[in-house]
Amino acid sequence: MPSLSDIVRESQIWKSVFRHPMPVDRRNRIVVMLTNFFLHLHPVSIKKQGIALSYTWCMGGVTFFLFLVETVTGVLLMFYYRPTVEWAYTDIQMLRDVHSLGIMREIHRWGAHAMVITVWLHMYRVFLTGSYKPPREFNWVVGVFLLLLTLLLSFTGYLLPWDQLAVWAITVGSNMARATPFLGHEGPGQQLLTLGGVDMITNASDARFALLGAREVGEETLNRFYILHCIAIPLAVALLLAIHFWRVRKDGGISGPL
Amino acid sequence: MTHGLTDAQFYEMVASFLGPFYVALAVMNGLAALYIWRTGQTRGWFSVPLPLVGKKIQITNAQIWLLVATVFAILGALAWSAGSAVAALSLPSLWRETINKSTGPVIYSVGTTLGLIVLYFFRSFFVRPAVAWWIWNLMWLFLGLSMTDRDFYEIVAKPDNVPIVMLVFLLAFFTWLGTSQAVENDRRAERGEPPREKVNDEKVLVWPDLVYTELICMIALTAFLIFWAIALQAPLEEPASSVKTPNPSKAPWYFLGLQEMLVYYDPWMAGVVLPSLIVAGLMAIPYIDFNKKGNGYYTIKDRKFSYAVFQFGFLEMWVTLIVLGTLLRGPNWNFFGPYEYWDAHKVEALNNVNLSEAIWNKLFNMSLPGTPALENWPVLLRPFGQFLGLLFGRELPGTLLVLGYFIALPPVMALTVFRKFYSRMGFIRFMVMANLLLFMAALPIKMVLRWVFNLKYLIAIPEYFFNF
Repeated sequence: MPSLSDIVRESQIWKSVFRHPMPVDRRNRIVVMLTNFFLHLHPVSIKKQGIALSYTWCMGGVTFFLFLVETVTGVLLMFYYRPTVEWAYTDIQMLRDVHSLGIMREIHRWGAHAMVITVWLHMYRVFLTGSYKPPREFNWVVGVFLLLLTLLLSFTGYLLPWDQLAVWAITVGSNMARATPFLGHEGPGQQLLTLGGVDMITNASDARFALLGAREVGEETLNRFYILHCIAIPLAVALLLAIHFWRVRKDGGISGPL
Repeated sequence: MTHGLTDAQFYEMVASFLGPFYVALAVMNGLAALYIWRTGQTRGWFSVPLPLVGKKIQITNAQIWLLVATVFAILGALAWSAGSAVAALSLPSLWRETINKSTGPVIYSVGTTLGLIVLYFFRSFFVRPAVAWWIWNLMWLFLGLSMTDRDFYEIVAKPDNVPIVMLVFLLAFFTWLGTSQAVENDRRAERGEPPREKVNDEKVLVWPDLVYTELICMIALTAFLIFWAIALQAPLEEPASSVKTPNPSKAPWYFLGLQEMLVYYDPWMAGVVLPSLIVAGLMAIPYIDFNKKGNGYYTIKDRKFSYAVFQFGFLEMWVTLIVLGTLLRGPNWNFFGPYEYWDAHKVEALNNVNLSEAIWNKLFNMSLPGTPALENWPVLLRPFGQFLGLLFGRELPGTLLVLGYFIALPPVMALTVFRKFYSRMGFIRFMVMANLLLFMAALPIKMVLRWVFNLKYLIAIPEYFFNF
């Protein structure tokens, strides 16, 4: 008598999803890599040293996984959060005190801190093994963009709880922008940009204003950072991640001695 | 965070952390002993004579780590018993006083730099597993013994500062992991053997060899995150208020290296120009590193220069500045020792002077030259003229120094120390590298000038927000 698992695996539904038998022999272990959408990022076979943990530290993979964790927990948090000065703080308080999914906020926050650390460690490993050298120069550049976007993701998310910690950290951080050369209203060269004696760069038209959407961190800033945090930057990261992974394969797979 | 707690309540809170902490360290050392014993790496370290029996007993590394595990287990038991025992599990107060009094930005920055230099030159000693394991244990012990100090606890156990403590330990571990492989590969190269990564280059199927590793990593990481999320609540302070400015006001921790640079440079440099150059410089690395060796394996000898520059930039000028900015900078951005109370009324005399003041006032005993009026200039051009007038008038000494630094030094470098680099890199690539290096060095140079000469700005034109 066939076992239940045999019946399931012989069914038309199962076979329509997985187009090959279980990957227990060499042939099917190759086929699974080629036919599964999630696995096709990988090559079929790889040098043993290329997957040694002592070599890769697994930090690129960990960073990507953390990005996925942040996406899932972030979507759940969005159900409970309204980005307005009136509600933001209360909603976070409710996540802490009332909602059973409130632990998502802890996972999201600690995952974000961890992601900043792991992305640095990934870069550190790539540098120490000289893996940015030809032919992988451009992928290192893509990686630097991803590093920058990771920091910006964390920075924009820092504001959302709308508590003292959040608002003043963003105030201190964004105050730098008012000193941008030429484009900040307290930056060197600002006075040189005048039209008929009227300053072109003021505190209502400078780089900091573009960042905050206002003269001070306020309602507009919260809205702006929320959209950057939940939509704009994640989309950019997703695109760059696709390029980053694609280039790893196209540039000859994981690095190793020539 | 610990405000309003009596000493007894505070120690009880610390005990609930220190108990599991020391037990975990005991388990860690026990596992190390077990690993050494089971893999046959037991080595006799020294022998103890037994006069009564007339024999000698070999003490092995496994036994020592077992002993260390026992010590940690006892510490754990003491911590858990709570009460007055926890208070005893701390560094002697004389040590803490001494550490507080002897530390400052200068000692801290110079000390960490010297430490890194020592680690670099004696790396083959420090990567030995036994040595590294001692240091690893001591780092944890130092953390454990310090946690019973209220002021230390207050800073380190702040929820958003926990990642930095993790970062420090992770970096110590991974720097060891990378360096030990580099040292081994360099030894192999001396013997004429290929790097270790080359030996292990048989091919394996990704299923199951890689996908299962990934699965285990994901599960372990998820478990870790859930544990962290349960153990430590995310911070939520009072609702935002635009009138109550916290002191100190700090950016998120990963930007505190930049905030620390504000001590030495104005925001336009520390907050805009230097960060942009960090990003640009990182992107430029693959295009200015012309060394073809050291691709795809750990090594130091094959790429000493790029290794040293990166390590100095990352470990010293990025990470240790973050640690300084986060853990040791208190109210009014004053420096506080690790066991010092963050007193908002601490006053530090600021008597920094601009180079122009030093030259005109002190050296020539004159008053500062003023801004040129330029009354017959067109209005549109007047600011340009006045700015240039100040730059090459009142601020001439600093201007000459800075111009000399950025314009005269690169050719000098190309002709002297970097002669070989220049001939292999060509003009443009060399100029990019030289300028990036000079900007990178600008921070430590300014630090030293501040510490030694109380220099505020080399060029000070606050009229046009241009201070350098």
